[in-house]
Amino acid sequence: MNSFWDLMLATLVKDIRLEWRSKDALNSMLFFSLLVVVIFSFSFDPNAEESRQIAGGLVWVAFLFASVVALNQTWARELRNQVLDAYRVSPAPANALFLAKALGNFIFVILLEAVMTPLFIVFYNLRALGPAWQLIPVGVLGTWALVVNGTFFAALSLRTRSREIMLPLLLFPISIPAIQGMVEATRILLAGDGSARFWIVLLLTYDVVFTTACLGLFGTILHAE
Amino acid sequence: MKRAFSIFSVITAVLLVYGLYQALVGAPTERTMGDVQRIFYYHVPSAWTAFCLFLTNLVASIIYLIRKSAWADALAVAAAEVGVVFCTIVLITGPIWARPVWGIWWTWDVRLTTTLVLWLIYVSYLVLRRFSDTAQTPILAAVLAIFGALDVPLVYFSIWFFRTQHPQPVMGRGGSLDPRMLHAFLINLLAFSCFGAMVCWARFRLEQLKRDVDQAHAMESLAGASEPAKASLPLSRSSR
Amino acid sequence: MNALAFLFAAYIATWVIHAFYLGTLVRRFSKLRQQMKELGKGK
Repeated sequence: MNSFWDLMLATLVKDIRLEWRSKDALNSMLFFSLLVVVIFSFSFDPNAEESRQIAGGLVWVAFLFASVVALNQTWARELRNQVLDAYRVSPAPANALFLAKALGNFIFVILLEAVMTPLFIVFYNLRALGPAWQLIPVGVLGTWALVVNGTFFAALSLRTRSREIMLPLLLFPISIPAIQGMVEATRILLAGDGSARFWIVLLLTYDVVFTTACLGLFGTILHAE
Repeated sequence: MKRAFSIFSVITAVLLVYGLYQALVGAPTERTMGDVQRIFYYHVPSAWTAFCLFLTNLVASIIYLIRKSAWADALAVAAAEVGVVFCTIVLITGPIWARPVWGIWWTWDVRLTTTLVLWLIYVSYLVLRRFSDTAQTPILAAVLAIFGALDVPLVYFSIWFFRTQHPQPVMGRGGSLDPRMLHAFLINLLAFSCFGAMVCWARFRLEQLKRDVDQAHAMESLAGASEPAKASLPLSRSSR
Repeated sequence: MNALAFLFAAYIATWVIHAFYLGTLVRRFSKLRQQMKELGKGK
């Protein structure tokens, strides 16, 4: 048990450190997120009431596309250095690697969302009419839903042609209930239109089910031969 | 085996023709929807067959993950492909039925939306199989099938709740079925189930033939490759 | 009788799709049998 958490933390810290040193991916992702927000603002120019109704959808679609760009490079470093082969022959628990990657992606995407959200608030003049604090569990659960499956499907896509397009092709259909949850919950909280409780519970259920599935099956796809 | 298939095909064809007759002529015209309601005799049996095929794919995928049997993987591919064909028909006949009856092409109806998501998941399954041609492909695809199966109840549940908050037109037959309508429906249900099983079996045999050909190809290139190796032996071995 | 047009469209679409798919199966079968024959001759 001890070695599992040690390995996971070590991998996570290493990834963050490497990313922080180069800041390549971070900077390009931040700029990409800004561009997405601006383009959406040009494309959809609603009034205040309409904003509250559609902002949920806009924001989460923007986050989804930004996440995909981030997720696509999840395993790039490992591939270049044959790390995955090393994992296959070592007795190290594969799940520690998966969890480290997923958490790294999670932190990365949350960072992107933290940058994009104020921009959305400014461009769309957003003001939450419902209990705004509930947007935090929605954001956390929703982001984890995208990231956990995204990290798994990124690994699955490694042995396919057109890797970059394979990831969203596999991720989007499976993510539909989670996306519906995020969008509806955000819409309800912004418009003050009832309780977002059902959608938050749905997101929690989705996260539990798919985190278990990913942890349970990552070893299978890593050792697939 | 081939004779059994031929007999089964004939029976299926007879059932389909009889089902067509019952659907268009035998069953009485529905009071509220008119003759357009007859699409129901094709739409619902197709949906039933598609779901059975996707379930077959799930079971075959699980068997493959546990036992690594080649036949299980071949069956999984076959069931997925034929399932997508039937599912496509459901998604096309649905809006064609909805338009004249309810005035709209599409509605986020629980059943129709779940069917759409299933179609998307299984099309992505087929894309994965096409874009990945390695020894690991069967395992990756089987894992995707399991993820899809876990997703479907969540999809159904989330749309069901969405519908209670945002009432939309209900697409369905409404009311009880006249016994002649029930007869037409059941005949078509049986006919399309048999037809689905028949096409799936054909696709399964096709997949097995494809694997036999691939294997024969591999054997041949191995046999061809060993020829120049034999020729070079005298140079590398002094014992000859 | 516009509604009937929809009815026939649905039935025809169903069978066109099935015929198309069965056609691809037949084509793939014959191609594979052809390859099998060639492999048999090559040996």
